[in-house]
Amino acid sequence: MSNEIRKFEDPGLPAHVHRKTDTDPKAADRAERQVAILFVLSALSTVLAIYSYIFVKDDLFFFIPIMGDTNAHQLGLGLGMAFALLFIGLGLVHWAKTLMPDTEIIQERHEFRSPEEDRNDFVATVKEQAADAGLGRRSLIKRTLGLALGISALTPLVLLRDLGPLPKKDLETTSWKKGTRLVTDPGDRPIRPEDLEVGAVAQVLPELAVGQDRTLSDIGKDAVLLIRLRPSEFQLDAERLSWTHDGIIAFSKICSHMGCAVALYEQQTKHLLCPCHQSTFDVTRAAKVIFGPSARPLPQLAITVDAQGYLVAQQPFTESVGPSYWERSS
Amino acid sequence: MKKAEKIGGSVAGYIDDRTGAAKWLRKNLTKVFPDHWSFMLGEIVLYSFIILLLSGTFLTFWFDPSQRDVIYQGSYEPLQNIEMSASYASTLHISFDVRGGLLMRQIHHWAALIFMAGMIAHLMRVFFTGAFRKPREANWLIGVGLVTLGIVEGFLGYSLPDDLLSGTGIRIAEAIIQAMPVIGSYLAFFAFGGAFPGHVFIPRIFTVHVLLLPGIFLALITIHLMLVWYQKHTQYPGPGRSEKNVVGYPLMPIYMAKAGGFFFIVFGITALLGALASINPIWLYGPYNPGQISAGSQPDFYMGWLDGLVRMAPPIETHAFGHTVSWNILIPGLIIPGILFTLMALYPFIESWMTGDKKEHHLLDRPRNNPNRTAIGAMSLSFIIVVTLNGGNDIIATNFHLTINQIMWFTRIAVILVPPLVFVLTKRICLSLQRADREKVLHGRETGRLVMLPHGEFVEVHEELTAEEKFTLTQHEQPRALEVEQSDSNGVTNPNHLKQKLRARFSQAHVEQVPAPSEADVKALEEGGH
Repeated sequence: MSNEIRKFEDPGLPAHVHRKTDTDPKAADRAERQVAILFVLSALSTVLAIYSYIFVKDDLFFFIPIMGDTNAHQLGLGLGMAFALLFIGLGLVHWAKTLMPDTEIIQERHEFRSPEEDRNDFVATVKEQAADAGLGRRSLIKRTLGLALGISALTPLVLLRDLGPLPKKDLETTSWKKGTRLVTDPGDRPIRPEDLEVGAVAQVLPELAVGQDRTLSDIGKDAVLLIRLRPSEFQLDAERLSWTHDGIIAFSKICSHMGCAVALYEQQTKHLLCPCHQSTFDVTRAAKVIFGPSARPLPQLAITVDAQGYLVAQQPFTESVGPSYWERSS
Repeated sequence: MKKAEKIGGSVAGYIDDRTGAAKWLRKNLTKVFPDHWSFMLGEIVLYSFIILLLSGTFLTFWFDPSQRDVIYQGSYEPLQNIEMSASYASTLHISFDVRGGLLMRQIHHWAALIFMAGMIAHLMRVFFTGAFRKPREANWLIGVGLVTLGIVEGFLGYSLPDDLLSGTGIRIAEAIIQAMPVIGSYLAFFAFGGAFPGHVFIPRIFTVHVLLLPGIFLALITIHLMLVWYQKHTQYPGPGRSEKNVVGYPLMPIYMAKAGGFFFIVFGITALLGALASINPIWLYGPYNPGQISAGSQPDFYMGWLDGLVRMAPPIETHAFGHTVSWNILIPGLIIPGILFTLMALYPFIESWMTGDKKEHHLLDRPRNNPNRTAIGAMSLSFIIVVTLNGGNDIIATNFHLTINQIMWFTRIAVILVPPLVFVLTKRICLSLQRADREKVLHGRETGRLVMLPHGEFVEVHEELTAEEKFTLTQHEQPRALEVEQSDSNGVTNPNHLKQKLRARFSQAHVEQVPAPSEADVKALEEGGH
């Protein structure tokens, strides 16, 4: 609404306010000395950095309040380098602010839009060139060129095919088979039920056949958490109860949300918590999700003991472990 | 002096004979740049990028981007004889056995944080002052691209050491890839060369981190700066400044000295942080193992909002026809970020559509003078702050003795309620500030000086503003609402009727302003008193 109303007039650029260094030669000399001092301080800092690099032993520690025990070599090197740079910068800025001309200058802007004439000229030229090339008439060339260009982008895509194998059944399978012994991680020792007290937790992996090696990718699917409760504390259906042994229950340690290791066990509440996104699973109810973003319980591994009394898997996992994916059926 | 002049002259002459650079340079050495502290934010980003290139190159001389197993034999005792990947071992080597290596690692990481923080601050400056308006939309788009790539680059960078914390981050990234419908598991297997974690991912992201993305950054930053140069910098309103001119200091010498000096200051402060403040002490985390984790796993700050979104997502998955769709990952991990960044990128065009403003703008807005835009910005910020808070819910819970549940439910509700509230509040505050400006122009500044008049009345003395101040407070143009024709003169309804109506509604919201006082208002006051 106030567009039509006359606005306050622009009084124009205010006059330059002289600095002390503009009018007083003594102040200017003083500023020069200050700048020089800053540059000398920078040079001294570089000397400190090089001295620390060569002469200060890198196992020399000393105590500084707040920072605690500090490595003298690192600190001398770091502070030397930092102040060498900082003083150059401060010197330059001080020089610019006190001694360089600081009168503001006005420059004109120009509209970016080309004059109408040039625009029309340009359009005409492009049209002419297109006509010369026969783009308008020779549609066969245009279409086949489009086809060739479009399809040529497929080669680089196809070339990326060997980046990795197809998933096949890899996401659905783990190393756990019927009768695979549970071994400690670390240590690779088979476990008997009596090794675990009530309330104890252990991370286990499937036992390796002789000569076999374990990769991180294997651990990423095979890691299992063993927890021992009192059998009466379980609230499981008959099938899931038969998957436990003497109060020992086994879950995949790989979170059903995004695959982190579900490693925090609250002994009092019997909850398993994933530190990544706080999905919380109730151990007594087959790792039912009671909090957080995970939509599925942790897969339970059915366990029992073999003839020698060691804990073994009754069967492979009955579902995929780890985070969801498109081909997952449940 | 004479001799130096001679040599300089002949070198310059040699170059000019072959390029004709003298004419261009003479003109551009006196090019004017406006001065304001907020214009330094972009400079900080540029300088930290240079610091990243320098310190990053240093690190590559020792870093071994390989996931082959090695037994650590270096000088850090607690990890002696432990099996780990070569990239983790070489990062330990840089930290403990290369003199200055730890300092460079810390400078590199701090510079990355400053790079991201600087970009966000610069983006906010550009947004709230309306610097993205015509003709600078392209530079806004490049900026949004740089922020997006910056997040990716930062994530890849701190993933390289292959320590327990960063490996957990990669695990989460893999789960997001794997959650994509139809192609997810294929993409994940291609990226990782098989099942997670495999042994090819670190070498691959190393190439992306040190070659591909820095190359793209360099190209985009160059275009970004060339456009700033060519289109000339925007300036804040003030006496002597208009849409038709640019007021400031010439490039040489003062601007060059200040900018050059500022580079050294930024580098110096980054080095100071690197020297004094420990960051990402990977030796405390241990090598990555998918079966292990540490409590309080947190990404770098610019990933916190994503993590917070993922943490607050409701546990929803659908299983149908033998397929699984993980909404609990897709919505917070891909869909919401996608919508946010698309809206951000398109904002200049959205605003110009809403206001019908197709003019060139070189004078910046004071944020209060465009309440709607400022409110939209504040609303978006409040959204990010709430979800980032939830990204640290475990840390907040332990430090403030709250339960995770309380924080999660607070943020789940707040993320819906707070942004609209912030929008309304910000808009009201902007309008109040406009009103305050109007008061100041019409009645002068309150001095706090009380004077007793002869008849005993106390009044506060108001000091009249200078002509410069009055101009600065009133120079802005106030937009008018778009008029929408619902039907033409023949009574035919506009086919775009609904769209137009929506546009008019937005335009209405945009023009809500306190009228800026004019000289006529002052005259009316003088004649009629209060």
